[in-house]
Amino acid sequence: MSVPHASGYFRRSYTRDMALLDTRAQRWAGAVFLVLTLALPILDAPFLLDLANQVLLAIIGSVALMLVNGVAGQISLGHAGLLAAGAFTTGILVRETSAPFWVTLPAAALVGALIGLIFGLPSLRLRGLYLAVSTLALHFVVIYLGNEYEARRGYSTGVVIDPPSLGGVELTAPRAWYYVLFVFALASLLLGLNLLRAKTGRAWRAIQGREAVAEALGINVPAYKVLAFTVSSTMTAVAGALFSYYRGFVSAEAFSLFLTIQYVAMVIIGGMGSMLGAVLGAVFVTLFPYAIEWLMGVLPTPETWATSVFAVNYAAFGLVMILFLLYEPQGLVGIWRRVQDYFLLWPFQQRRAR
Amino acid sequence: MQLVVNVMVLASIYALICCGYVLIYRVSRVVSLAHGELMMLGAYGLYATASLFAGHPLGAIAASALLSIVLGGLVYVLLMRHMTGEMVLAAVLTTISLGILLRGVMVLVWGAKEQHPLHVLGWQNVAIPVGPTAKVSAVGLTLVLVTAAVYLGLWAFLRHTRWGIRMRAVGQNPLLAAQRGIGLHGIYALAWSLATFTGGLVGMLIASDSALDQGMVVIGLKAFPAALVGGLDSLLGAVIGALIVATAEVLLIHYVNPLLSDVVPFLVLLATLIVRPWGLRGTREELDRV
Repeated sequence: MSVPHASGYFRRSYTRDMALLDTRAQRWAGAVFLVLTLALPILDAPFLLDLANQVLLAIIGSVALMLVNGVAGQISLGHAGLLAAGAFTTGILVRETSAPFWVTLPAAALVGALIGLIFGLPSLRLRGLYLAVSTLALHFVVIYLGNEYEARRGYSTGVVIDPPSLGGVELTAPRAWYYVLFVFALASLLLGLNLLRAKTGRAWRAIQGREAVAEALGINVPAYKVLAFTVSSTMTAVAGALFSYYRGFVSAEAFSLFLTIQYVAMVIIGGMGSMLGAVLGAVFVTLFPYAIEWLMGVLPTPETWATSVFAVNYAAFGLVMILFLLYEPQGLVGIWRRVQDYFLLWPFQQRRAR
Repeated sequence: MQLVVNVMVLASIYALICCGYVLIYRVSRVVSLAHGELMMLGAYGLYATASLFAGHPLGAIAASALLSIVLGGLVYVLLMRHMTGEMVLAAVLTTISLGILLRGVMVLVWGAKEQHPLHVLGWQNVAIPVGPTAKVSAVGLTLVLVTAAVYLGLWAFLRHTRWGIRMRAVGQNPLLAAQRGIGLHGIYALAWSLATFTGGLVGMLIASDSALDQGMVVIGLKAFPAALVGGLDSLLGAVIGALIVATAEVLLIHYVNPLLSDVVPFLVLLATLIVRPWGLRGTREELDRV
């Protein structure tokens, strides 16, 4: 935020310095973007809307993961487990008590917060790899509990959830869903951005930088670590609940380890520590399989590949992640910043010190 | 009695997988989460060579073992070499990505169908009676023996050979080791080769004992807690950890709930992380170094 985005703009107050949209051009771009995204459902394309909805769901999850992974620097490999926790809370409440939308969502958030507290506790004692492994273990525990519930109640293939009703209207049309999910995604994005420019975000950044220094600066390191996990997992559980409503279906199989890896990939490919990165990563990773499928239709591919599209997806996804890790650790945001710099400094060629 | 036999076989599987994790971690401080996939690749290597060397089962096994050694070295030279000196997390994520890539490629090449390399080799997996009631499959028995042999071999290698001593030196202090003229890249590549070799062995054996399918990746992941329980940088610890995890798993599945099978190792892991995060025989300072 302190880096200038254009010349000729002078910040005359601290409020201006902290503003989310800095320059007039940015405000215009933001307004146009908002209008365009709100107008998207005018297109009568169910497939496109479904894609957009998936992207919006992914954005909630990736913003949540970005907060704990990219900003606070605490590695969590339990993201799919958290999504599953939210989804199963919803599923169980709907099945057992036929609770409405406005009960299940807060309940999912509460369960998410509780699990986040539990996920966060190991972070007080463990660092880096060991922390990642402990969250991985919690993932398996959550999935086991979900499986156990399915087996006990005889829902061997999954729990079916009726569509939620908002003011007497059942929420089934993708167009209605688009607006609901858009509100949630925008809210989580704003929450993320605001946390980042407030004390909390700065404390998290300090912890990521170096814990000892953060402690010396007077930051309550354990409290902020647990807070990071709690905030992140609350958001994730809400995303999981929305996901289960959107699909109308909860099954433990949907929350495999691969889902966690996909979310981690969103953070990596998007760019660590940036909310823009979370959004870009979510868009990239969600659309990636569809792009591959399209490419396979266009390009000549061996016959045998057509029957195992998922395998092509896996291979291509792994390859793209490796390429990003090796050649662009800053992610898509890094590329975006370089493009910005190029035009900002043109005709000079300078490299901004990192 | 059957339970004891089951524990022994499962513990050998875990121990043999773990030594791959331990070797790579001890030398380069990276946890290779692609180990399950590399195991699977070893098993598919056996499947491929078995049909190639029809009628020469031993030749096929030797060829596929050689393939895994070369493969491990290649993984380091082509991929992990670029991650030396980067953040440990980035390196671990690279191994995860490699795993996904390999999984996709393997399905593309060999299909998602269950395979039985043992039948292709032309052998049968007979049951051998142990004591009055219990039985063990021939491959299961081989597994126990191979694990013992591998651990003895590794112990001798690390303790008494020039390259083994260099390897331990690099694990203890890479900077000092490099200054004493030890080529780090060579040692790291060697560690990856050895780890992939043992992984390939266990992959072939599991594939021969039951079947070769996508489930092997899960077995590879389930073995990781065993390595951590014992202490990630200790080979002896890996054996102890494998015994503990295997015992807990077999007993809980038998007496409580078969659905638990995928969780038990991770429950044991959580318990260890709470009580003694560095593992039973691991070095305590490791925690801060990561």
